[in-house]
Amino acid sequence: MTLSRQIFDTVIVGGGGSGLRAALQLAEAGHNVAVFSKVFPTRSHTVAAQGGIGASLGNMQEDHWLWHMYDTIKGSDYLGDQDAIEFMCRKAAEVVYELEHFGMPFDRNPDGTIYQRPFGGHTQNFGERAVQRACAAADRTGHAMLHTLYQRNVRARCQFFVEWMALDLIRDYEGAVVGIVALEMETGEVMVFQSKATILATGGAGRIYQSSTNAFINTGDGLGMAARAGIPLEDMEFWQFHPTGVAGAGVLITEGVRGEGGILLNANGERFMERYAPNMKDLASRDVVSRAMDQEIKEGRGVGPERDHVLLKLDHLGAEIINKRLPGIREIALKFAHVDPIREPIPVVPTCHYQMGGIPTNYYGQVVVPRGANPSEPVPGLYAIGECACVSVHGANRLGTNSLLDLLVFGKSAGDHVSEWLKTHPRHRDLPRNAAERSLERLARLDSTAPGERVTDVSADMRRTVQQHAGVFRTGTLLAEGVEKIREVGQRARSTTIDDKSRVFNTARIEALELENLAIVAEATLVSAQAREESRGAHAREDFKERDDKNWLKHSLWYLDGSRLDYKPVNLQPLTVESFEPKIRVY
Amino acid sequence: MESGTRERERLRWRSRRGLLEMDLILQRFLDRHLATLSVEDTQAYDALLDLPDNDFLDLVMGRAAPADDTLGQVLEKIRQS
Repeated sequence: MTLSRQIFDTVIVGGGGSGLRAALQLAEAGHNVAVFSKVFPTRSHTVAAQGGIGASLGNMQEDHWLWHMYDTIKGSDYLGDQDAIEFMCRKAAEVVYELEHFGMPFDRNPDGTIYQRPFGGHTQNFGERAVQRACAAADRTGHAMLHTLYQRNVRARCQFFVEWMALDLIRDYEGAVVGIVALEMETGEVMVFQSKATILATGGAGRIYQSSTNAFINTGDGLGMAARAGIPLEDMEFWQFHPTGVAGAGVLITEGVRGEGGILLNANGERFMERYAPNMKDLASRDVVSRAMDQEIKEGRGVGPERDHVLLKLDHLGAEIINKRLPGIREIALKFAHVDPIREPIPVVPTCHYQMGGIPTNYYGQVVVPRGANPSEPVPGLYAIGECACVSVHGANRLGTNSLLDLLVFGKSAGDHVSEWLKTHPRHRDLPRNAAERSLERLARLDSTAPGERVTDVSADMRRTVQQHAGVFRTGTLLAEGVEKIREVGQRARSTTIDDKSRVFNTARIEALELENLAIVAEATLVSAQAREESRGAHAREDFKERDDKNWLKHSLWYLDGSRLDYKPVNLQPLTVESFEPKIRVY
Repeated sequence: MESGTRERERLRWRSRRGLLEMDLILQRFLDRHLATLSVEDTQAYDALLDLPDNDFLDLVMGRAAPADDTLGQVLEKIRQS
């Protein structure tokens, strides 16, 4: 079967913050760029980012990129690569000022400089005292950033393929990436897009969890594409959680609720945080509270018919305080939990928020894989940026406001590197024969009338399995059981069926394809987590409570083929400064 | 009939948003109302889908009022879903 083909210098998969930043860099340099997005770019999940962009501008107090670097490395629990972290922290001011120049409506100080907010973990002088480092646009930083970048891209004549889903990478016989296969939702047509360089910018895959703050589009499509093309996924055991998402929905209840006196209760009505953190109780740090909640659930003291959540009680605060000091909480509880917190507790559960791992890259955004003695050999023609990539600047845990910074710095860096690459690689490489074979087989399965399971059933089982077995509270036994279950789910995800065989805007078909990607990420997560016998950052093992630098100061690499694990060293050597040696983390 | 079905499927896909809150709200609305939406409501819904997520959420949560009167009826259905 011959498919129609289009040719571009660069193809970018994903129209969120990182994809738009990379596209802009390339389009303004005069290259022809195509950006593929499942939804209109300004409705990408970057829109949900509220906190701000971390940059040591020093507009409020004295600040320095080296202090930002220290906070990031400490936050990463020393799993972050220090070359990439130095690169990011040093570039932070530049990318923020560029965004300002593009018209981003940052909050301002009276003197006209960018106002910077305080944020947890941001410190002066290597942890001495707090510093205000977060640059924001009210509570709509991500939204403002997407709109600013999108307008600028339109001006630069970047070409958008909206409501297209990328299906697979095309690699030639030497392993170079030479384009993608993509599906247009409106027509159901499958096309080949040949490129000199391809950038994956598809965001995170937080939808593998039953409770997730991620939008429905966050299905790890780029991770699935990379894994199917033989590229490993790095550090997939590390996911950031927020303690209080509304059970069954994932919408966050701000930590301010506990600050105002809200308390957590288990099925027995016990204020269990008194046992886990006798002093701080419900105000203990995020990871302590999340883990305690999950342990209560795992040990059978959860609430509800499935015993799968705990309760956040605030009715004792009284209607006046709830309405005055916690605006919006009541409407969130009413809308998403169907309870009125003035009278009833809110069902809550630790909720997945951010993916630290991803497609392995260097700080130019080049995708890198082990080859011979080199643990990080670039794959010709392939780049990955943003949440789908693992540079790794977040290591085992991400510092707040570094996600938007990551998008800007590495989006731009990849754009610059591709520009250089195009100078030395002026011609398109030939497409291999049967370039689209894998994608067409995947679609043919869904077109066939062979019996199979419903996508929603398999999808629900996947999310429940990941939540139960790779949540915040992890043990060897839980993980081993989870690995078995998720392999079975993976098989089922590859044998689903759909009733609607139409080609036009067939949402069921898209969801079946997305599930294949999610199932790959879910398996990578469980297998990597089971193997890592230590506690580091967001990966906390009840049976291995300490960080183990002797054996585990290394990145996990999971391969789809054989569900095999490999490892590569952490880069502890920054670009110009002295290494930050691993220390015990105390906050 | 077939074109109506595909039009509804188009609306279903466009109800995939950047904000989880909107995904959840619109999913409930679609499950309850999509099959029986009138022509006017379909047009109004289509117009709402063109809004940025945060503005759409403000309308649904009642933090802002729609600029256009014709959107009120379908917006109320979304709020009640």
